[in-house]
Amino acid sequence: MASSVSSKLYSDDVSLVVVLLDVNPFFWAGVNANSGTNQPAAALSFSKFLSHVLPFVSSILLINPLNQVVVIATGVKSCGYIYDSGGGSDGTSVSDLRAGFLRRLEEFVERDRQLCRDGERAAATTSSLLSGSLSLALCYIQRVFRSGILHPQPRILCLQGSPDGPDQYVAVMNAIFSAQRSVVPIDSCVVGIRHSAFLQQASHITGGIYLKPQQLDALFQYLSVVFAADLQSRSFLQLPKSAGVDFRASCFCHKKPIDRGYVCSVCLSIFCKNPQEMLYISDFKQASADSRSKSDSKRKTLEAS
Amino acid sequence: MAWAGREEEETREQEEGMMKRGRGGGARRGRPGRVGACYADERSWESLQEDESGLLRPIDTKTFQHAQYRRRLLLRTAAAAGDSGSAAPRIQRGLIRYLYVVIDFSRAASETDYRPSRMAVVAKCVEGFVREFFDQNPLSHIGLVAIKDGIAHRLTELGGSPESQIRALMGKLECSGDPSLQNALDLVHGFLTQVPSYGHREILILYSALTTCDPGNIMETIENCKKAKIRCSVVGLSAEIYICKHLCAETGGSYTVALDEAHFKELLQEHAPPSPAIAEYAVANLIKMGFPQRGAETIIAICSCHKEPKVGGGYTCPQCFARVCELPTECNICGLTLVSSPHLARSYHHLFPVLPFNEASVAPLNSYQKSPRTCFSCQQDLLNYGSKSSLHVSCPKCNQYFCLDCDIYIHESLHNCPGCESRRESILS
Repeated sequence: MASSVSSKLYSDDVSLVVVLLDVNPFFWAGVNANSGTNQPAAALSFSKFLSHVLPFVSSILLINPLNQVVVIATGVKSCGYIYDSGGGSDGTSVSDLRAGFLRRLEEFVERDRQLCRDGERAAATTSSLLSGSLSLALCYIQRVFRSGILHPQPRILCLQGSPDGPDQYVAVMNAIFSAQRSVVPIDSCVVGIRHSAFLQQASHITGGIYLKPQQLDALFQYLSVVFAADLQSRSFLQLPKSAGVDFRASCFCHKKPIDRGYVCSVCLSIFCKNPQEMLYISDFKQASADSRSKSDSKRKTLEAS
Repeated sequence: MAWAGREEEETREQEEGMMKRGRGGGARRGRPGRVGACYADERSWESLQEDESGLLRPIDTKTFQHAQYRRRLLLRTAAAAGDSGSAAPRIQRGLIRYLYVVIDFSRAASETDYRPSRMAVVAKCVEGFVREFFDQNPLSHIGLVAIKDGIAHRLTELGGSPESQIRALMGKLECSGDPSLQNALDLVHGFLTQVPSYGHREILILYSALTTCDPGNIMETIENCKKAKIRCSVVGLSAEIYICKHLCAETGGSYTVALDEAHFKELLQEHAPPSPAIAEYAVANLIKMGFPQRGAETIIAICSCHKEPKVGGGYTCPQCFARVCELPTECNICGLTLVSSPHLARSYHHLFPVLPFNEASVAPLNSYQKSPRTCFSCQQDLLNYGSKSSLHVSCPKCNQYFCLDCDIYIHESLHNCPGCESRRESILS
């Protein structure tokens, strides 16, 4: 660990990469079903996906002996730590990577599956808990910052396939702003079907890279060329530029993107046309006099609608 | 008409006397060869403490800081609950603020009890405050006013860009004369009454002096401010003054007095997040806003703020298609307020705050199986943490355990509980 290494070896290209791995079973199962339809890229199965990600993680650890990788799995009902190359009590070496990693990943997916109650139906459009894993990653990075003057440069890499969940908008934006304040870039590699507006904004605001690879069969090549280099070296590399970031807001009433709208001065809700009554304000004033459970249910309706 | 009472004068003298006694040789700082000077200034012996066996060790500030932080957090939520009359932590806050910062550049600001001088410390802290303010309130505006020689004059107009404010402030830092509280209030009152009715009007006065020289009856000015619904707060640097206390009590602001530089910075930063709003003060209104798209890297256009051609980047006003360089801003051509959705999202955490976590301290030997071994968010060991029992906190909603540092980070910066975000009740397809 850092404390046992002399400061001469600690150059500024030591990195800590926190990889957020999307293990949403509804997305990965849906990928196989969709293959053969008019998708631009060949669909990728989860095992093939892992066969690209594992060598990528090893390659980061091999570039610099002081590099550190932490993998957090983003499930559909829970998030959790899968792998930490720093080891903690047991220093996991690169050769143990595959065995320990796969075992813990299986345990996580099994636990996640058990959390789903029987009879719950979900579609391939079910989102994963991106806000949860982003929050875990940022807390871990804060711990690294606290560990002393010599610490690796942290960054977050999101490997996301599931679509964005609109109910996570506020939490994801909070995480993005916190990452921006702590100067932690959020890189994104989208292996799903559509672009992710959340991750585009995340990468734009925090100064990371957003990439949607066209040929998923060559995913390892994309990962190692674009995302493996440390932050210092990025200024010398030709990296994919952002094609454009959609900063338009969605109106709260119809969920359509709008470029001109009306914003409430109290609660900052966005409306496309001048509404007759402002949903959130009238409920809000009532809720402050009523019980809390009522306001919570209204809030859930607002966020889910 | 000077408002300094006898009490303030006596306090000031006592303070000066204490400073002279305590500092010893420290007041004479211009002697580089003198070892005793920095020793007396730093007072390094105060940062040591004896433990149970009589050995010296540095003070463990972590639990103390955490206790301070918890007190602040609970005070804030208690005040919020008290205002709204229910246990709900969600309270209405003034999110669109028009704030004037009034800085005292009178003779008292050249005092050297804050090093290098009160004025320099205030200027530096205000710079940090302005940045933090725009970070937390992206839709708000700040203006700067300086008082010296008995006159108040405006340094900058109400604007939404931190750089121009800071540049104007650092432009000339010189102090002289007497401060006039009434002139400052009258000046700012005149400006703030022109502000739109949905905005919250606030004044923050950074007062170094103990006196004020006013041309008229300051009580009338305070009444006018109260009628215009301007919330005045004061951060004092010397001692508590009755007129400031009265002003803040009448207008619903807060009055605090700083003990030293670090405390001053802390008190100033407390005004950055929006305070619980008094509902009648600002009319709830729908403001027309535009959400421009960011241009591609190859577009060439003449920008309306600098009046010169620019390549790449920039935002296009959706109403008149003029190009502007940065957001948030008002379009120079059509006057539409232009923001991007992240700017609005920056304030959403005030509307959906994280509940304060409950303290849970577990004796290390008993109930070993039930107590969690690691903090849920950062995986730090909880059991070996601290000297005696492990102190940690738990979220009342998701019942996950967190360490103290994560607690502070979650509530002050992240505004998401990782436990609550990492679970989901039911899948909605």
